[in-house]
Amino acid sequence: MSEILDEAVLQEEDTQKGKFLTFLVGKEEYGIEIKYVTEIIGGIQAITEIPDVPEYVKGIINLRGKIIPVMDVNLRFNKEARDYNDRTCIIVIDIDELSVGLIVDNVAEVISIADADIVPPPDVRSGFHNRYIKGIGKIGSEVKLILDCQRLLSTEELENLDYIN
Amino acid sequence: MDKSLSKEPMLEMFIFENLQLLEQLEQTILAHEKERCLENAVINEIFRIMHTIKGAAAMMMYDGISSLAHAIEDLFFYIREFHPDEMDYSKICDIVLEGIDFIKNEIGKLEQDQEADGDSSPFVENIGQYLLQIKEASRNSKLINEAAARPAGHRKKFYISTSKSPPTESIKRYHALIYFTPGCEMENIRAFNLVHKLKDQAEQIDYIPADIIENNDSVEFIRENGFAVIFSTHLQQEAINELFMKEAFIDSLDLRVMEDEEWEIEQLRARNQIVLEEEPSVRNNEVREIGANLHSGSTRQSLISVNVDKLDRLMDMVGELVISETMVAFNPDLRTAAKLDNFHKATRQHRKIINELQDIVMSIRMVPLSMTFQKMNRLVRDMSKKLKKNVELVIIGEETEVDKNIIEHLSDPIMHLIRNAIDHGVESPEKRASLGKSPAARVYLEAKNEGGDVYIIIRDDGAGLNKEKILERARARGLIQKPDSNLSDGEIYSTILLPGFSTCEEISEFSGRGVGMDVVLKNIEEVGGTVLVDSTPGQGTTISLKIPLTLAIINGMRVKVGNSIYILPITSIKESFKAKPDNIIVDPDGNEMLMVRGECYPVLRLHQKFQLKSALKKIAEGIIVIVQNDSGSICLFVDALLGEQQVVVKALPKFIGKIAGISACTLLGDGRACLIIDVANLINPSKG
Repeated sequence: MSEILDEAVLQEEDTQKGKFLTFLVGKEEYGIEIKYVTEIIGGIQAITEIPDVPEYVKGIINLRGKIIPVMDVNLRFNKEARDYNDRTCIIVIDIDELSVGLIVDNVAEVISIADADIVPPPDVRSGFHNRYIKGIGKIGSEVKLILDCQRLLSTEELENLDYIN
Repeated sequence: MDKSLSKEPMLEMFIFENLQLLEQLEQTILAHEKERCLENAVINEIFRIMHTIKGAAAMMMYDGISSLAHAIEDLFFYIREFHPDEMDYSKICDIVLEGIDFIKNEIGKLEQDQEADGDSSPFVENIGQYLLQIKEASRNSKLINEAAARPAGHRKKFYISTSKSPPTESIKRYHALIYFTPGCEMENIRAFNLVHKLKDQAEQIDYIPADIIENNDSVEFIRENGFAVIFSTHLQQEAINELFMKEAFIDSLDLRVMEDEEWEIEQLRARNQIVLEEEPSVRNNEVREIGANLHSGSTRQSLISVNVDKLDRLMDMVGELVISETMVAFNPDLRTAAKLDNFHKATRQHRKIINELQDIVMSIRMVPLSMTFQKMNRLVRDMSKKLKKNVELVIIGEETEVDKNIIEHLSDPIMHLIRNAIDHGVESPEKRASLGKSPAARVYLEAKNEGGDVYIIIRDDGAGLNKEKILERARARGLIQKPDSNLSDGEIYSTILLPGFSTCEEISEFSGRGVGMDVVLKNIEEVGGTVLVDSTPGQGTTISLKIPLTLAIINGMRVKVGNSIYILPITSIKESFKAKPDNIIVDPDGNEMLMVRGECYPVLRLHQKFQLKSALKKIAEGIIVIVQNDSGSICLFVDALLGEQQVVVKALPKFIGKIAGISACTLLGDGRACLIIDVANLINPSKG
């Protein structure tokens, strides 16, 4: 019985493996492993602001009774804030039982990228700012930046803020 | 949540059942220890519980637990069968309680997904030795007894007792090993018949295997190893031989007389065997039996166990329902409709039902404090024994109910406080006698409902707190800055709750590490409660814990600040009014204050605190809300009050973490998320 279950889980993982949800933030196209994505909310609903949090944490939203925080990926990457429009989406990701909504400019598509087509980002020591990038995927002539979700959600900075306060 | 649900159902059942049994056992022991005598029923109960635990643990392959349970079972088996006279009841209670602790500890490990790897062999050895000891003692006394009272016959210690046989000098013990004719089938039934016939002629009958009727496997056993019977009778060997041989299908019979010593061992062996062999089939019966016991015994009700996660989910769903109901009843589309009388009638009914549902769900989550309180009996017993103080725990109002989530936070603080009361508060019996107090000290543990709060009061009649010593210590540690004359007694006593304060010079096993009291405070504050300390020198100390009934739903006032809506807990609102700009006093630092009926309150503008834009800035335009808690009152300046509403409290997402001034969040009728203001933090930001 448990073996069958394991197999099912493996299969599910298999079908998800190598698939990425791509979206636009600014001019760049990013990819995120599909296994982290639980849903995509089209359009921006009412966000309740929260005091005393970093600017990129826009607040909390009600997702069918569950309260989840949302962060603006533009601001997270220290880019300029953009106005939200019809194409703005919230991608809800679930990592280690932590649900967070990512506000992105536009959701593109789900694509497969083979492991072989993913190259590591340039070395950190060269001064390249790549904290949130796990790798760079090549699709034909296009390039997608693959996000490291864990780092994206890392609360280190939040804690640092607390510390300063 | 998922983790606990995915725990193997077997394991979960094991943990749950055994914890319940242990709890029951502990209470039984404590209740009977004082009487210094164990009734048959109690011995049986202990025996049965240990047996059940042993069986379950063996099945789950927790050797440590099963061998310990086995040892205790052996001990009680002996006590049950032989009623030894020379027994130290408190020692036996100690043994059992130690055993319970060990098993509880192991089960605790299992609960946290660890291995139950504790080694119970020291306990087992200890119990074994004690068993030998009482056997020795009772044999000695039995010899004396028997010498004195031989004509009156043997002491009654029948397993399958029949008292028909006349007491004679010629009683002999026999051991018979019977083999049935191969292929005769139904060996177990035949064996049972045999025993039944024997009952007319003999007494103290034991046989291997013992579960001949209940267990079909016994057929196999009898075929292979024969059917062994031990019994005592006044009949001569020949007569017995004849009796047996009258039975059909008996292939061979080996009958011999046994010596006393051998008899006893065999008898024990036979009975142990019973236990070993009947395990799988009888366990269920026993569980049922114990269940029945629970039912008939004291105030227990028929209960089912439900995963708390499920209740939380139910609670959430009801919260959702409340919200969606509001969304339907106040739907903007309705404004365009002309006639809505029937609709409003229907929604009123709807709301009424939902409110009732909400009440029921809330009441499901309410748990009486009795479990938590009863646990303290054990603590008091152990401590008074160790510290050689005579302490009696008086429990009042244990039926008071508190939300399940809160109860989990209460056990540790109460335990700390009781430890402190016994260790530091209560004097030694000699000293009490010299003070003219009764030598037996009393510690009261009381719970009561008052308004929306529950009070838990721990009171002792000991020495009370030493004000001077506390002051001295508090100053030495820099916990008090004010001059003495400005301090009230309450303030002085409350300093014992601060971190880093401990009046006990020595560290004892039970308390005095100087971490206790501030942990108590922290735990209680975590569930939104407060701690009050009061004391009368020479008469004792009273510590009151004030805790809210529930955390899940609160009455809130919706207040508007800029574009945001916040919830203020109704319980903390004292009054609200429009203030005139001339009433505001501003000090040189720019702090605003407001004079209300001769008292001066600081003013906190929420829009400043939460950095909100586009809020009303002029005092005259907005509204002032005075909020208060135990440590003081302040005026909050908000744009407007929007109305009262019951809200379902939800924790802020972990990702956000803790935010000063915000205690939690909730969902409003329109589905928007909304923050609940932490009044205590606004009044006194340094706390928490």
